[in-house]
Amino acid sequence: MIARNKKEHAELAQEFNRDEDRVNWHDETLWWIREKRDKSAHQIPEWEHLREAASQIKNNVLSNLHNYLLQFEKNAISNGIELHWAANADEHNRIVHRLINEANVVRMVKSKSMLTEECGLNEYLAQHGIEVIDSDLGERIVQLAEEPPSHIVLPCIHKKKEEIGEIFHKHLGIEANISDPQFLTETARQHLRGIFLTRKVALTGVNFAVAETGEFVVCTNEGNADMGAHLADVHIASMGIEKIIPERKHLGVFLRLLTRSATGQPITTYSSHFKTPRDGKKIHIIIVDNGRTVQLGRKDFRNSLKCIRCAACFNTCPVYRRSGGHSYHTAIAGPIGSILAPNLDMKKYADLPFASTLCGSCSNVCPVKIDIHEQLYKWRQVIVKNGYASTTKKAGMQAMTWTLSSPFLYHLAGKAGRWVIKYAPFAVNNKLNPWYKHRDMPASPEWSFSEWYQKNRQN
Amino acid sequence: MTSREKILMTIKANQPATTKLPNITEFDHEVEGSLLKFSSVLAGVGGKVAYVSGYPEIIRIILNRNDNNLRIVSPVKELSALNTEKLVDLTSSHNLHNVEWAVLNAQFGVAENGAVWITDKEMGQRVLPFVTQHLAVVIKAANIVATMHQAYELISKTTYGFGTFIAGPSKTADIEQSLVIGAHGPRSMTVFIIEGHKHAEGI
Repeated sequence: MIARNKKEHAELAQEFNRDEDRVNWHDETLWWIREKRDKSAHQIPEWEHLREAASQIKNNVLSNLHNYLLQFEKNAISNGIELHWAANADEHNRIVHRLINEANVVRMVKSKSMLTEECGLNEYLAQHGIEVIDSDLGERIVQLAEEPPSHIVLPCIHKKKEEIGEIFHKHLGIEANISDPQFLTETARQHLRGIFLTRKVALTGVNFAVAETGEFVVCTNEGNADMGAHLADVHIASMGIEKIIPERKHLGVFLRLLTRSATGQPITTYSSHFKTPRDGKKIHIIIVDNGRTVQLGRKDFRNSLKCIRCAACFNTCPVYRRSGGHSYHTAIAGPIGSILAPNLDMKKYADLPFASTLCGSCSNVCPVKIDIHEQLYKWRQVIVKNGYASTTKKAGMQAMTWTLSSPFLYHLAGKAGRWVIKYAPFAVNNKLNPWYKHRDMPASPEWSFSEWYQKNRQN
Repeated sequence: MTSREKILMTIKANQPATTKLPNITEFDHEVEGSLLKFSSVLAGVGGKVAYVSGYPEIIRIILNRNDNNLRIVSPVKELSALNTEKLVDLTSSHNLHNVEWAVLNAQFGVAENGAVWITDKEMGQRVLPFVTQHLAVVIKAANIVATMHQAYELISKTTYGFGTFIAGPSKTADIEQSLVIGAHGPRSMTVFIIEGHKHAEGI
């Protein structure tokens, strides 16, 4: 069972930061992907128009979600697909378990689905004696390492190839000390071919579900979703309610944006459209709420449901790049995860909206124009108002309120602060000041503006 | 109340006031797809392009490449000479596990991303273009559209149970972002473009 950490973002980030070389590598690699995104986007003259169109389509989806879901249900059923509705993670997991039982098997192969990570599906099924094998290479690696993915598109971006070689040595029987990516990928290919050919139930995620036609689209580069689904008797596709798009032609907009935003590729290798099951086989779709309808009702935060999971906001985020995905202690990390998670559990994820510089880069690269940094700022206010800010943060804010409401205290504090930073920086840079963990102090000025003004006014 | 009813009811109560769908016809301005662009983008994602005069030339090229007499499967009528077994059994997915070459027709290509559109009608079995070690597809030079908008315009005139855009061989960069070709699906992808007058360029 993969236990998610109970520590807060700043603490977990500090752990990640112990290995400076790794942090630098992580930072530079993700920035390189961000640069590939830019290069790719700049080749499309109408890029900004596409973002605007995608944003408007998603706004329309949220404003008419009720009818679109009904339309999708009707069309999918007439295509021969079976539909299931799950109010929460537990119900989703129980439906999957039931479908596996009905197929009379105890093993399943699964391609990438962040929703099943959110629902804790693998852990649930393991407790019930069902073996799940993740087939995306990065996900298989973290699964063998008994870790959660650290990035929604690049699940093992936090791992070095030598560590992956060690994991494969331990679990897949290769010799020790192999770190060649080509060799390691080939090892996984051989291992997973055997899995694809022997599993009767395959689960995939859903990138887009088309209300107009009842079909759904799954995008991968590796081909693992298709290998699983087309070799299984039963294909289960799990989707959040927000994956709906109105018409098939809208895929033109989203498929142009998705992969260019994610990795800089013009499109994923495979963009598969599932409309009907194969003869004699079954497709089940599970439509999952798990807090999404609540988020839909939060005016300030409902836009987060427009997300198409490209992770552009991760790759550009100066905090994510230097703190690593595990520091967010939730299935979907990064800036978007930090506005989705507090909706699920405001207390548990109260730290996440603070794990940001509010620089706005996330909002600028988002292909569906979610105002991510503004929502992070709004969540901070909601969290403090609801009393979920950490005790040290609350004490600091209380002290700040006293100081700012008294001119005498304000001037005194300014003087004291300048003296302390200059002569006793350890008094600020210590364990009792979590704020400092995120920041470097500037050099302290000799005098404050009002002291300077007092002096210069006389000249 | 069932979960379905509960979810739908909450959505109805919580969804914002209706907003309009945007007009996306503005993106349809590039009408013709460029063969040159298609070829260069496909090469950029690891695919190979070969211009051929027709199906007989494709047969010659594939047979030349199949030195070890490995299994070739093609549901294309004009390419039936390629099949290494007399009666190709496309009734089971699993018996395709050892296919070395699958050669399929594609309906069209998309210049902006090097993808080709193939549906279950061309596949015989849906797993075929994924399970094969090497994939080759055939398109006519005239059937290349500029962007995904025109692609969906064409798709809207057809029916299928399963359809997929394929852009290059299967790949992964999950290990330290090093690109490796041949993840779970084909280790290579060749697109044969039938143009009529041009001869094959090495693949």
